[in-house]
Amino acid sequence: MFDNRNKRSRSYRLSAITIPLRISVLFMVICGIIYPLASTGAAQLLFPRQADGSLMKDSTGQIVGSELIGQSFNNPQWFQGRVSSIDYNAAGSGSNNFGPSNPALTLRTAASIEAWKLDNPDISVSELPIALITNSGSGLDPHITPQSAMVQIPRISKLTGEPADVLQQLVDKHTEGRDLGVFGDERVNVLKLNLALSAMLGE
Amino acid sequence: MDIVQMLVVLTVLVLLVKPLGTYVYHVFSNEQNRLDRVFGGSERFILKLIGVHKREGMGWKQYALSFMATNLILVAFSYVILRLQNALPLNPNGMGSMEEALTFNTVISFITNTNLQHYSGESALSYFSQMAVIMMMMFTSAATGFSIAIAFVRGITSKGKTLGNFFEDFVKAHTRIFLPFSFIITLVLVALQVPQTLDPTLTVKTLEGTMQQIAIGPVASLESIKHLGTNGGGFFGVNSAHPFENPSPLTNVIQLLSMWALPAALPYTFGLFAKNKKQGWVVFSAMMCLFLVFLSVAYTSEKIGNPAMSALGIDASQGSMEGKEVRFGIAQSALFTTVTTAATTGTVNNMHDTLTPLGGLVPLGEMMLNVVFGGKGVGLINMLMYAILAVFICGLMVGRTPEFLGRKIEPREMKLIAVAILAHPFIILVPTAISFMTELGYGAITNAGFHGISQVLYEFTSSAANNGSGFEGLADNTPFWNISTGLVMLFGRYISMIAMLAVAGSLMRKPTVPETIGTLRTDNKLFGALLIGTVLLIGALTFLPVIVLGPIAEFLTLR
Repeated sequence: MFDNRNKRSRSYRLSAITIPLRISVLFMVICGIIYPLASTGAAQLLFPRQADGSLMKDSTGQIVGSELIGQSFNNPQWFQGRVSSIDYNAAGSGSNNFGPSNPALTLRTAASIEAWKLDNPDISVSELPIALITNSGSGLDPHITPQSAMVQIPRISKLTGEPADVLQQLVDKHTEGRDLGVFGDERVNVLKLNLALSAMLGE
Repeated sequence: MDIVQMLVVLTVLVLLVKPLGTYVYHVFSNEQNRLDRVFGGSERFILKLIGVHKREGMGWKQYALSFMATNLILVAFSYVILRLQNALPLNPNGMGSMEEALTFNTVISFITNTNLQHYSGESALSYFSQMAVIMMMMFTSAATGFSIAIAFVRGITSKGKTLGNFFEDFVKAHTRIFLPFSFIITLVLVALQVPQTLDPTLTVKTLEGTMQQIAIGPVASLESIKHLGTNGGGFFGVNSAHPFENPSPLTNVIQLLSMWALPAALPYTFGLFAKNKKQGWVVFSAMMCLFLVFLSVAYTSEKIGNPAMSALGIDASQGSMEGKEVRFGIAQSALFTTVTTAATTGTVNNMHDTLTPLGGLVPLGEMMLNVVFGGKGVGLINMLMYAILAVFICGLMVGRTPEFLGRKIEPREMKLIAVAILAHPFIILVPTAISFMTELGYGAITNAGFHGISQVLYEFTSSAANNGSGFEGLADNTPFWNISTGLVMLFGRYISMIAMLAVAGSLMRKPTVPETIGTLRTDNKLFGALLIGTVLLIGALTFLPVIVLGPIAEFLTLR
């Protein structure tokens, strides 16, 4: 009787360690290995294009990037994306994280405005949308606002010789509405727009 | 249109409260129900496998010991994996071992459901670490928090000696809530373009002919549990601002609702346990009122924008777009910021460091109060703690022994609650003050002036509230910051959890006092208002001075 009670209390004390140990190992396997691998398998089977990063191809079938990840366009004949402190290097991500009162924020923006004036003498600074000359959160924003695309049309028209109304149509065609008609803001995917522009110029 | 889309999300949330709250009640009420046929078999198998043969109820001490032991073992495993990740499989990008202080910070951060990240996922973690440490802890820490909340609710609403069996609660939280919900949301997110692959970083030739590297990985499976479990740690450094984590406004709404719905439904679950649904709605309404105030401030402030930017003569009518993504605009960004710090998730879809001063005050304020919905379970516990405090203060005013849900509130409970309430400001304000005394601390500030005070304050508030978002400009990957915030996260999570389990354990044993005409009713509008008043009063008394030094001063001087 005494022996038995002793044994029970020892196994009780032991179980205070063995159960947490076993539950930890088990859930490490279930949540940390089975769940992500099963998710990967199902995702690859059902939605392979999305699961692999929504890659975009040009007219020759060459992969030119992901439709979700912005790219830098240095040549002024292209539509340009937003300011990126990491120059659209998607090996990482990030922004300057300049607080609203940080003088570096206004200095950087003032420099962007000066550069803008040089390339776009036909558009007054008061029409320059704030989204175009601010750093996105990710530094990889693939979109610009429709207004940010339109103010670039005179410059691109002059450099490519395409009439402004044709470019305007191109922008309109690539303006994506709000999701389900309500969520988010209207936007233009810069890479898609430039791919279309490139196809147009190639013709 | 901005207002409309925020209202749509709020409406969907309110509609989810009742079905979800009822579902959670059925999961943990331990009464037989239809779900047993679906999940009962696998749960019996798991419990047998880990050696739980009889699902015996536990007293508060045993419950606390069980969850502490489980958390401790998970921490130890995870520490080893991160340190050895270079030698482990699934490391296609060749990540090296993580450094000691950073590993300490990371494992504490994830086990405490904080998900403060002093590393950047795409450059510091192997896919195996992302899965076996990060995703695993996102599940287990959420299930732990949920179990504690349920145990607390059982304690204050039922009579007896036990709070339930921790292991059974922990297993059921996984099998009936987090695993099935996560799997479904993962597939929805993949359909909406969130990647899920084990391929290494891609290299592509861009339209302009330069080479671009694109980090990728098993992102979607992390995104779903990151929000469902109110964890908030991103696969990538910039979290849900990254287009791979959150590609569209629609995924943004899904992420919002998946982090928000469970904490919002818990007050209803509490009402069902208390057999008084009105009581649940009073708690919910108090949370919602506070939330709406915070949301209005955030949206208005971001829409008005930064006067320093408007002064440059550009078209700034859109609002403050620095640090925000075009696809979300002001409305989806402000809403996300308010929800992520309300639900103490800490995921961000815009950079909080770049918010306007009053916009930045919103996440800071919500984390200081720590009761506006709150993280997995903890928010409800905190709100009920304030409810007991409100009852106590009212009792003092009219000279009656305070009662809550038919139990007398006596010195032992009030002492424990005082410890839990005071711990929160203590572990925020003291480390903040210490940081300003040493170069190790203030050296990390990257925005000079009043904003720098906000940066440091935010870091510790976020750690203490187990939120995990950051004013990310702070250069915080140093031993000083890794260790100090690691300790704050530990205290922030476990002090209040253990204190409140003790309160539950003690209330449970008390006899029920019959309701009389003199009883202060806790399930009507008047009490809802008292509750909000108590929260704001305590919050203002403790945090107002430091808020004036940071965001308010920045607001007043910014032009």
